[in-house]
Amino acid sequence: MVLTVDGLRMRYGDTEVLHDVSFDAGPGEVVALLGPNGAGKSTTIEILEGFRLRSAGRVEVLGVDPAAGDERWRSRLGIVLQSWRDHGNWRVRELLHHLGSYYAPYATSAEPRPWPTDELLDAVGLTAHAGQKIRTLSGGQRRRLDVAIGIVGRPNVLFLDEPTAGFDPEARSEFHDLVRRLAAEQDTTILLTTHDLDEASKLAHRILVLTAGRIIAAGTTAQLTKLIAGEDEVRWTIDGRPFRKSTEDSTAFVRGLFATYGEAVAELEVRRASLEDTYLALVREQS
Amino acid sequence: MRIRVGWQRGLIELRQSFTNPAELLSHFLWPILMLVALFFLRNRDFGSTGFQLGALALPSILGMNAAMGMVSISQLLTADRADGTLLRAKAIPNGLVGYVVGKVVSVGGGLIADLAILLIPALFLVDGISLGSAHWLTLGWVLLLGLVATLPIGAVLGSVFTTARSQGLIQLPMLGLIAISGIFYPITALPSWLEWIGQVTPIYWMGLGMRSALLPSPAVEVDGSWRHLETAAVLGVWAVAGLLLAPVVLRRMARRESGSKVAERREQALRRVA
Repeated sequence: MVLTVDGLRMRYGDTEVLHDVSFDAGPGEVVALLGPNGAGKSTTIEILEGFRLRSAGRVEVLGVDPAAGDERWRSRLGIVLQSWRDHGNWRVRELLHHLGSYYAPYATSAEPRPWPTDELLDAVGLTAHAGQKIRTLSGGQRRRLDVAIGIVGRPNVLFLDEPTAGFDPEARSEFHDLVRRLAAEQDTTILLTTHDLDEASKLAHRILVLTAGRIIAAGTTAQLTKLIAGEDEVRWTIDGRPFRKSTEDSTAFVRGLFATYGEAVAELEVRRASLEDTYLALVREQS
Repeated sequence: MRIRVGWQRGLIELRQSFTNPAELLSHFLWPILMLVALFFLRNRDFGSTGFQLGALALPSILGMNAAMGMVSISQLLTADRADGTLLRAKAIPNGLVGYVVGKVVSVGGGLIADLAILLIPALFLVDGISLGSAHWLTLGWVLLLGLVATLPIGAVLGSVFTTARSQGLIQLPMLGLIAISGIFYPITALPSWLEWIGQVTPIYWMGLGMRSALLPSPAVEVDGSWRHLETAAVLGVWAVAGLLLAPVVLRRMARRESGSKVAERREQALRRVA
């Protein structure tokens, strides 16, 4: 396993923000921590990054306790930070090249480090902006640079905390492509946090739903949908009067509807339970 | 290797600070103001000492400028922490060492450049100071030891303050220390308790060291002596204290940095703007 988390707990003073969080992830796997704000997603990822000390539980990243990770261990990690205005005077290529040079001593023949700057610029679509000062980049370009910095050392594990916050739909879809390529081509294990269910289901092999410091459900998109049987919604009219019914078996319900009212049924609409409803139901149940 | 990457980082930052209009202005504005002041002081005698005021003031100003590296490194550190530069350094292997070495190189290099920007034109302006009689070796060691004494202390000050606003608080006491450091007025003219406080600061000793390198005689100094031994001792104590303290304080500060901390500060700053 690349990531192992077992019985992780975190408390600040009297408030417990993580209760018994456990999960793991293998090579090349993309795992999404999905949950509303304040669920403990960032705390979890920061503990794995070695940026926060946990209160209890066993955590291993690449076989090492993050609290005791050395620089060699860190060289195998990629962390995509949300940039704000740091390094504004640096030029894109200059910063990427400089930060890459920290990884050079950790190169092996199997894993050449760092990623060649120009190739990387191309991979994140920043070639045209290579000579630009970072403060002049747009939000989406800046974010792509954040990703480039996160992967310049060709990490074995990549952490992404709310990676597409503030993206427009196009930038978001490009970003998703990049993440999928990383997992598939480089065998990078990726842990990302998001409160966007659509993003989690598009990117992740596995989704962990975290609310109020607990993982309340885990699985693939299909498994999660099945796990909590969401109710389908049926709408129809009879003689112009609208009706609405939530049901677990919409097909049987509609069959009965026709048997009873026949031709009088009009404007029939069936909406299947979506993962979105499932997720909302899960989160609502907890709070 | 860590040192080399840091060195490269410092050189890049140094180059940036001389190619960016805002910072370029700050490199030249202060020296130009000082040169204007020196121009008006150039023919004024200092009492009956036979010194000209300009000749006395120039080396003192050079010493003070170098000591002010303390303030600029602390400001940079506070700003870099707020905007996430430091967190980025923390996220990469050996990033913090590279960051600190880079900061020392860029701030130290910038100070040396600023010193040249002021000193070279001033030599043509001020009588009583000449290239031929200057003790370059003294200037060199005072400057280097002075930087080693002040930059780590500056880094410590920068770690203590969490926001640029609270960091601004050190400006006032700093101005006070400059006032009593014998830069603009001989320290011997101050009440003796102020004279003592002044002589604890590295600012006084860097000014004294600069005067000893550039002026012919220590007639107006304490004990009528350049007190090189004491200069080296006081700056040395500051240097050792700073070098012992800085890594501990920096590490403690860095340990507390995380993505959510930076996000918090960003939100606070945005709220302030709105």
